[in-house]
Amino acid sequence: MNERDANTVGNLTTIVDSLYRQMDAGDIPAMSLPLRSKKNIEFDPAHNVWKYGSLETVRSLKNMNAAMMMLRTVYTVDFIKSQIDEHKSSTLREMYYISEGWGKAKFHSQDESNLLAEDLEVISKCMREDFKLRPEESGAHVYGNVTFRTMTKKGMKSIHCMDDVSEAGFAVPYNVENETFEIEDTDAKFVMAIETGGMFARLIENGFPEQNDCILVHLSGQPARSTRRLIKRLNEEKGIPVCVFTDGDPWSFRIFASVAYGAIKTAHISDYLATPTAQFIGVTASDILNYDLPTDKLSDKDIGALNAELSDPRFKDEFWVSEIQAMLEMKKKSEQQALAKYGLDYVTDKYLPDKLGDLGLL
Amino acid sequence: MPSNTQTTLDSAEPAKERKKTSVAQRMAEKQREISVTEFFEKNKHILGFDSRSKSLIMGIKEAVDNSLDACEDAGILPDVSVSIDSLGEEEYRIAVEDNGPGIVHSMIPNVFGRLLFGSRFHALRQSRGQQGIGISATVMYGNITTGKAAHVQSMVEGEVAREMDIFIDTKTNRPVVTNDRAFSWEGKEHGTRIEYHIKGKYQTGKQSVFEYLKDTAIVNPHSRISFTDPAGKTYVFERATEIMPARAKEIKPHPVGLEIGEFQKLASNSKWPNVYSFMINDFSRVTPRIAREILKLADVEEKTKPDKLTRDQCKAMVKAIGEVKIMAPPTDCLSPIGEMLIKKGLMHVLDGQRPEYYAPPVTRAPKSVNGNPFVVEAGIVYGGDLPADGQVQILRFANRVPLMYQAGACAITKAVASVDWRRYGLEQRGGKGIPFGPAIILVHVASTKVPFTSEGKEAVADFEEITNEIVLALKLCARSLRSHLNKNERRKKTRAKFEIVQEILPEIARKSAAMLDRPVPDLDMTISKIMNVVWVEPTVEKSKDTRRITYTVYNYTRDTRTLRLHAQLPRESVNLSLYSGDHFVEMNDEGKATWEIRDIPPSKNVPVTFELTGAIADTFSVEDVYVSGINPVIVMGADALPGDWGIKGMDIVEYESDKLVDEEEDSEEAEILDDE
Repeated sequence: MNERDANTVGNLTTIVDSLYRQMDAGDIPAMSLPLRSKKNIEFDPAHNVWKYGSLETVRSLKNMNAAMMMLRTVYTVDFIKSQIDEHKSSTLREMYYISEGWGKAKFHSQDESNLLAEDLEVISKCMREDFKLRPEESGAHVYGNVTFRTMTKKGMKSIHCMDDVSEAGFAVPYNVENETFEIEDTDAKFVMAIETGGMFARLIENGFPEQNDCILVHLSGQPARSTRRLIKRLNEEKGIPVCVFTDGDPWSFRIFASVAYGAIKTAHISDYLATPTAQFIGVTASDILNYDLPTDKLSDKDIGALNAELSDPRFKDEFWVSEIQAMLEMKKKSEQQALAKYGLDYVTDKYLPDKLGDLGLL
Repeated sequence: MPSNTQTTLDSAEPAKERKKTSVAQRMAEKQREISVTEFFEKNKHILGFDSRSKSLIMGIKEAVDNSLDACEDAGILPDVSVSIDSLGEEEYRIAVEDNGPGIVHSMIPNVFGRLLFGSRFHALRQSRGQQGIGISATVMYGNITTGKAAHVQSMVEGEVAREMDIFIDTKTNRPVVTNDRAFSWEGKEHGTRIEYHIKGKYQTGKQSVFEYLKDTAIVNPHSRISFTDPAGKTYVFERATEIMPARAKEIKPHPVGLEIGEFQKLASNSKWPNVYSFMINDFSRVTPRIAREILKLADVEEKTKPDKLTRDQCKAMVKAIGEVKIMAPPTDCLSPIGEMLIKKGLMHVLDGQRPEYYAPPVTRAPKSVNGNPFVVEAGIVYGGDLPADGQVQILRFANRVPLMYQAGACAITKAVASVDWRRYGLEQRGGKGIPFGPAIILVHVASTKVPFTSEGKEAVADFEEITNEIVLALKLCARSLRSHLNKNERRKKTRAKFEIVQEILPEIARKSAAMLDRPVPDLDMTISKIMNVVWVEPTVEKSKDTRRITYTVYNYTRDTRTLRLHAQLPRESVNLSLYSGDHFVEMNDEGKATWEIRDIPPSKNVPVTFELTGAIADTFSVEDVYVSGINPVIVMGADALPGDWGIKGMDIVEYESDKLVDEEEDSEEAEILDDE
């Protein structure tokens, strides 16, 4: 067992030890952890990202849900320990299925097991990778003038993300850390992260990355940790500026926030995942008006999400407050592909040059 | 069918007044009768015969109402059977047979063949039919729609049975009788059977003959009702109790609440020579002192002839009546179903749907509207297999008759809709309107003269006095429902705690001990800290006619506990097992029983057991159990002994650790934005 593994096992054992000691003393077992909600997000000026603050939530065995979480904690810690001992790893989904054999402690949905894995990260100050747990492939892809050196069945290999891949791009692996993944060479001027696969394919078909010397990253909805980590590495190691191009709706604002500011669920590792200098291209509420885009009506859920964002500390700046309020007033949202109203080339000929010009990237 | 006891009001009148029934008046009466029959033929809808499916139900309703009234008048437990045969082309043959007293031969044609005939038209008394237009209207409707006569058989005990065919002459309002003969009715001692043909439409569902008979069975638990549908299938609602409803007496109108028009009518029809004797003889609860007080207030001479009273004088008297204190109307003229029998009826008929809770029904004290006393009763049934989606079912009854139509116009529906049911645990949009949820609400209005919105007698008129009473009755029932639902909620929480201490905690202890390679810790202290409760758990073992009830008292606190249990038992149902039980202390005249359990050590339990037997044993809800002598906050499964029980409970000895109770559920902040 290497030092990192030993540290992980030690930290996890401390959690169980604390529960045991409380029971042995005849107390009601309780465990506390940072409150993982937007109420407890604070800006960390050292890293320019948002991290958990000092608010804590206490799980007491008196509460049914908390009791179940505690029981699962003990089982999950036991499972991770044996995984480390046996030099195995598993996917989050596999862990969810393995819990079938845990009797009462079994997870009822993968959300529950994912959440618990994150809780354990937060409490033990370790990372999911230390637990030998990995996510599924996220579906995210990269296309552009960049060469990665990455692990294949035949050892480390260099792959150029234009010449060596199909038009679908290079599939982002779940682990993009140095042991298995290196960024070799690039002269790209900027990285553009794109929400939808449709827009990603449109820009490739229109030859946008070649003409503008940029790297496209398809986020595939809310970006997975490795996608965010890859964007951060491109930005930090190669000094390439990052911009984000999404739909114009409340959920897309959150996609940008998780790339640039740090996501609430993973705020304990924001300094490792977030790219604070990332810039938002659109689609903004003002774009909907300025470009007269086709729209959909905001649903009740959309309106709720926008209102929630107004009380989210990450969105408390002039730009976001005015964008969110503008969207609430017009009661409309739009998609990035709505730009096709003016023809398939409009996005690459007009919209993006306009917007990137404003951001100083073109 | 109606009994032959035609009231002769004349005999009660002063002799000299009798002459006044002049020839002209008799003629006028006849003219009215003629017009009534023809009027009916042209205005069938007013009496409820406005659609084919409704006509079928209304006919049966009139016949069954009459059968039940007749049986009760004669003190016979009713046994009524209804059958419907389909003859094609929307023609049906209906037969309704009862075990009533039978009808004297000479009266049969009048009872079935003359509109507005019968004893009830002038009587002020709670009865089903109330205005006697019913069965003859059915016969006539059958005559008109099919051209066929009704066939009646009747037998008075000890006499020969008679049968005849009856057709109504609509011009003269007189029955035309054919085939009148005596016959031998095999196996029958007394009773009446009517068979008639009618154009109609047989339907199933909410407004159907089956529903009508089912609802009738609920509020007439002393009846046995059987029903054979057109497919030949027979349903039987068995008798749930042998207890007959108290007999309703006839009374005179009560003065309070009378409208001026009615007062004038009574005055002009009075047989008494002066207004003083009119007041004390034609009204109930008017004593000589009160009569003088009213007349003085109204400034009316005692000697004034009642039919000479001017409109202004009448007005002054009505006003004076409102200002004088008069005793509430006599209530022995009313026959409410009673709290226990409502529950019995509901349980008997609804048992198949396994309701989770029958709120103790409420019978309000009698009040009066327009001089007629009335009583409101209500009951609520909740949960089990009752449909949870959609509005609650409202069962409306007037004088023990189900009201099937015009729900929207009925005071009962309006009263239900005006209650904010959200406060009592039912869903309701905006706190108004018919609530939603798995519940049945029953409301019964009994009166000497139920005010209906129309002659069809399908909706109770919306008088403030009645609506208020209904609302009060509903709220009382609803309070019981809420406390039941609260109890359920607490039970659920307690069950969750049991699960935590019995399953989850030991598993955490076992697993963590194994991981850390240490002994499994002793959990007793942790368990008492989590539970901190005294738990009263009822269990029932049911055998043929005995319910063996056990309350197990678990002490899940860290101190030794002493407490008393209290429950109100149906006195008739208890047997020796109650008195010989270990912890029994006493039972009072109302059936309120007390047990005392002393010194239960921590984490131990003590059972209290007794038996209930007989027909009303199942009216006792085991969850209606109360405690004293212990801080009720730490007790689960039983409420504090109510102050209005009139029982001295045990004084509470405070324990230091009782103050530790904290029921704060720390709801973990679960709002997570849609990141990653």
